[in-house]
Amino acid sequence: MPVTNSRRSRNTGITLSRRAGMVFVLPALILFVIFILYPLITALSYSLFDWTGIVRGDFSVFDNYVTIFTQLPYKDAIPNAFVHNILLFVGAMVFQNTIGLGLAVLLHRVRRFKRFFQTVYTLPYLVSPLVVGYLWSLMLSPLFGPVNAVLKGIGLDALAQPWLGNPTTAIWVVVFVTAWQWVGFPVLLYGAALGGIPDEIDEAASLDGATPWQRFRDITGPLLLPAIGTVSVLTFIGAMEAFAIPYALGGSAGNPAGATDVLSLLFYRTAFESGSSNAIGTSSAIATLLFLFIFGVALLMTWLMRRAERRLY
Amino acid sequence: MSATTTSTRASRARAAKASRAARLPGQRLTLGSFLGSGFLWLYALIAIAPLVLMVLNSFRTMPEMAKSPLGLPLQPTLTSYQKAWITADFQTYFFNSIFVTVASVLLSTAVSLLAAYAFSRTKSRIFTLLEGTFLSGLMLPVYLAILPLFFLLDSLGMVSNLWSLILVYAALGIPFSTFVLTGFFRQLPIELDEAAKLDGAGSFTTFLRVHLPLVRPAIATVIVFRFVPVWNDFFYPLILIRDQKAYTLPVGITRFFGEYQTDWATLFAGLTLATIPLVVLFLLATKQIVSGLTAGMSK
Repeated sequence: MPVTNSRRSRNTGITLSRRAGMVFVLPALILFVIFILYPLITALSYSLFDWTGIVRGDFSVFDNYVTIFTQLPYKDAIPNAFVHNILLFVGAMVFQNTIGLGLAVLLHRVRRFKRFFQTVYTLPYLVSPLVVGYLWSLMLSPLFGPVNAVLKGIGLDALAQPWLGNPTTAIWVVVFVTAWQWVGFPVLLYGAALGGIPDEIDEAASLDGATPWQRFRDITGPLLLPAIGTVSVLTFIGAMEAFAIPYALGGSAGNPAGATDVLSLLFYRTAFESGSSNAIGTSSAIATLLFLFIFGVALLMTWLMRRAERRLY
Repeated sequence: MSATTTSTRASRARAAKASRAARLPGQRLTLGSFLGSGFLWLYALIAIAPLVLMVLNSFRTMPEMAKSPLGLPLQPTLTSYQKAWITADFQTYFFNSIFVTVASVLLSTAVSLLAAYAFSRTKSRIFTLLEGTFLSGLMLPVYLAILPLFFLLDSLGMVSNLWSLILVYAALGIPFSTFVLTGFFRQLPIELDEAAKLDGAGSFTTFLRVHLPLVRPAIATVIVFRFVPVWNDFFYPLILIRDQKAYTLPVGITRFFGEYQTDWATLFAGLTLATIPLVVLFLLATKQIVSGLTAGMSK
């Protein structure tokens, strides 16, 4: 987690020789190369070949990329899934930077029950996304789901409905459940960042007559910027990689009718369930594009964040 | 910043603290703070209600649930747990998950400790490059490399072998773990190394005897933070584990969810079982997690 800002502590003395250093790095390097670097690079190369089952055929340059943009089901499924990933990101950001930040700021002032609140807010973040998805699918069930029971109980019968069966509401359920699970994470991170801001700054401003909102806008807010940046980057990566919650709520096909489909589900289906003879070629093309997009945007966001920080301090 | 500004600021801050202390009792009852704590309680309810319902319902029976979806377990029963644990084979999934999580977290922490130590005690372009490469792993959508990974493990005869998951998770943990640990090692004064060297200790002994005990809090943080995603991961076992005997909990749950779709009480018991270890870990380590994060954040 790139939590710190770029400043490093001064202690970078040299006490290891180059060779000794290499010996220390070697075990991690071997694991990293075999299980991360090699498969990643290979996956990119897969997308440039024509495949028959698991047999690699001719070098086909960008044929697989042409396929995924011109042929059904890909040319419809990719934009559909992409929009859903973006909705997940936006939903989580809106949720986190209003509710999450609000909770963290309030919690920072509280003495009593602080630990209790912190624990409660973080619990959903700890639970497996798959469990969270299944749990909410039961909660929202049209048969005996507690959510509809509550709605009926308070006289809102009209709102009670099969949330996951309806294509227009289903994707919002996925967005909501994802955001619900993630709120605890910014509460923790923003909480830690707030803890790192000396009280004196805020107190001095309040002595100078600044209102709470002014103090937040001009002091606390800017000082939280590194944390907000970190949360945004991680939320973006998380939203683009979302798999388990959509899988639990809509199955591997993104039911109903692709309404809850996301890119990683599409990739999974193409690679393992499509039955297409060139499944490896097309799925690797999807993976490569997704890979470039996620890594590119994450790098860009980190760079923008660093620049904004440098301008502030 | 000059010394005079610092001292003015400090004295002003002291004055502010004094005046705030004097004002505080009056402020506590404002509408704002009342709404604030109301919001804290309301969100606590939203965050925890589904989880509480999950646990409560796991002690009820299906007919009871159909009658009142929000009722309390008036005659709590463990039947559902028995069914999930034995009939649905959660015991197998549970111990597979424990084994995979513990082994991979220990392995990745061990190799990351060594690497982080090297990064903090060397200064050469190659190490900067390696550190950057590891760090970039934080932003790479690594699961997209699943096909080559699958073929690699298949050619080694390791599909459906829990060690395939352990090695993959250990590698995936390296970016985060080295990142946190390197930060901690860098904070340890170089004089420690020099003193140990004078006493005749080699680099490995210095690392083991001097540095390792001092970064214990960071080790705990790394272990807790890696435990969560590894325990919860669904994607890798879904693809790398084909044999039901080697299923981890998340894959076991998908199976079980299809099979017991109408037996809600058993479903709730299964979901609860998959969640318990993390909640226990978290309750034991909240302080560790929060202080670990703070340490990671501070400059």
